[in-house]
Amino acid sequence: MIDFTILTDHFQEYMDGFLTTIESSALALLGCLILGTIIAVFRISPIKPLRWFGTAYVEFLRNIPVLITVFLFYAGGPVLHLNLSGFASGTIGLAVYTSAFVAEAIRAGINAVPKGQMEAGRSSGLSYIQTMRYIVLPQAFKIVIPPIGNQCINLIKNSATLGAVAGLDLMYQADIINSETFDVFSTYIFVGIFYLVLTIPLSLLFSYIERRLNRAY
Amino acid sequence: MIHFSQINKHYGQFHVLRDIDLHIKPGEVVVIIGPSGSGKSTLLRCINRLETVTSGELIVNGTKVNDKSTDINKLRRDIGMVFQHFNLYPHMTVLDNITLAPTKVGGLSKEQASEIAMKYLTKVGIPDKAKSFPSQLSGGQQQRVAIARGLAMKPKIMLFDEPTSALDPEMVGEVLDVMKSLAKEGMTMVCVTHEMGFAREVADRIVFMDQGQILEENTPAEFFDNPREERARQFLSRLNH
Repeated sequence: MIDFTILTDHFQEYMDGFLTTIESSALALLGCLILGTIIAVFRISPIKPLRWFGTAYVEFLRNIPVLITVFLFYAGGPVLHLNLSGFASGTIGLAVYTSAFVAEAIRAGINAVPKGQMEAGRSSGLSYIQTMRYIVLPQAFKIVIPPIGNQCINLIKNSATLGAVAGLDLMYQADIINSETFDVFSTYIFVGIFYLVLTIPLSLLFSYIERRLNRAY
Repeated sequence: MIHFSQINKHYGQFHVLRDIDLHIKPGEVVVIIGPSGSGKSTLLRCINRLETVTSGELIVNGTKVNDKSTDINKLRRDIGMVFQHFNLYPHMTVLDNITLAPTKVGGLSKEQASEIAMKYLTKVGIPDKAKSFPSQLSGGQQQRVAIARGLAMKPKIMLFDEPTSALDPEMVGEVLDVMKSLAKEGMTMVCVTHEMGFAREVADRIVFMDQGQILEENTPAEFFDNPREERARQFLSRLNH
């Protein structure tokens, strides 16, 4: 059945991969939140070309596999005389890909705040930015937390695509362990467990935050 | 104080406001009535540019509302607005709802703004609700907070857009009482409402609108007892049923 000596014999490789997966996911998460917020602002902006750009960006990325996005950066780099490592292109690809979903979540959250809130803020003399900051965004935040949590977990799972571009992550290390042991089942069972160690606490954390926010008002 | 001259507004093909001429003096209480879809709310919302106009000139507090160089945020400081659905900020306490604009726009300190907020909360009769969230209040209480929020900026004009239409019948009186006392103190008020009793008692002038036009401007006594326009007569007779 499950051969535990694979885990003990290759613990160092598993840990290297695990830490790289954490590092890549954390960087990609930060990147996709920043990019996603910018794209969301584009999508609700009154300036038409920005809206068009935002829509094109989201629709393009949402409708291709994450692996293609990562390959675009991995293989597209040299074309632009920019040699990105597997780790870098994988992390950037992951951030760009996830930012499309984050942008949609944020946009939906902002749109879910009733229009009267913006009107009340603006009619009291607050500027558009102030109204967004003090009135609309704090309410949108609460709406956006659950979908962002889902995207965060998706991102960690999608980080397995780094394995396909020599990104030194958990999946990449597992492929190497597998080529040595030929025990596909055991090798990847442990990989699955390592991913669960990351995703389950995160999932619990997000439902805790959600419950806290729902109690707030 | 508020001057509409030949104001027109279109929503695509729909002609919402037609050749509006209306002049409101300081301290005047003007009540706009008319059937739904007649453009009453749109007219009111033009005053603080929540709606823009297609043509004509609108001057409020000596400022051209639709001029490109107009600092709209500055103009809006002096115009309080109360909405049909209250539009309180649900994530803030009553006190924070009221102090937000005075601190962020008016530049007051938190303490000064809180003092003013408590003064107006006392005026509208619910100082004990300062620490509550809007969701913990009744509709009438929420609308009174909204009025206090508008007053806290010490506006020269208060706009009321059907302030009692979303309230339980039992709560209408408490909101109208606050509005009446405000009118007595000489606030310039423009109200869109279906409360004919309030209009008759408090208004200096009734403006009757239908299909985007002002059909009749009259004193309340004249308007309710002896309307000039056939359409106004029709409207009033339907209300009495």
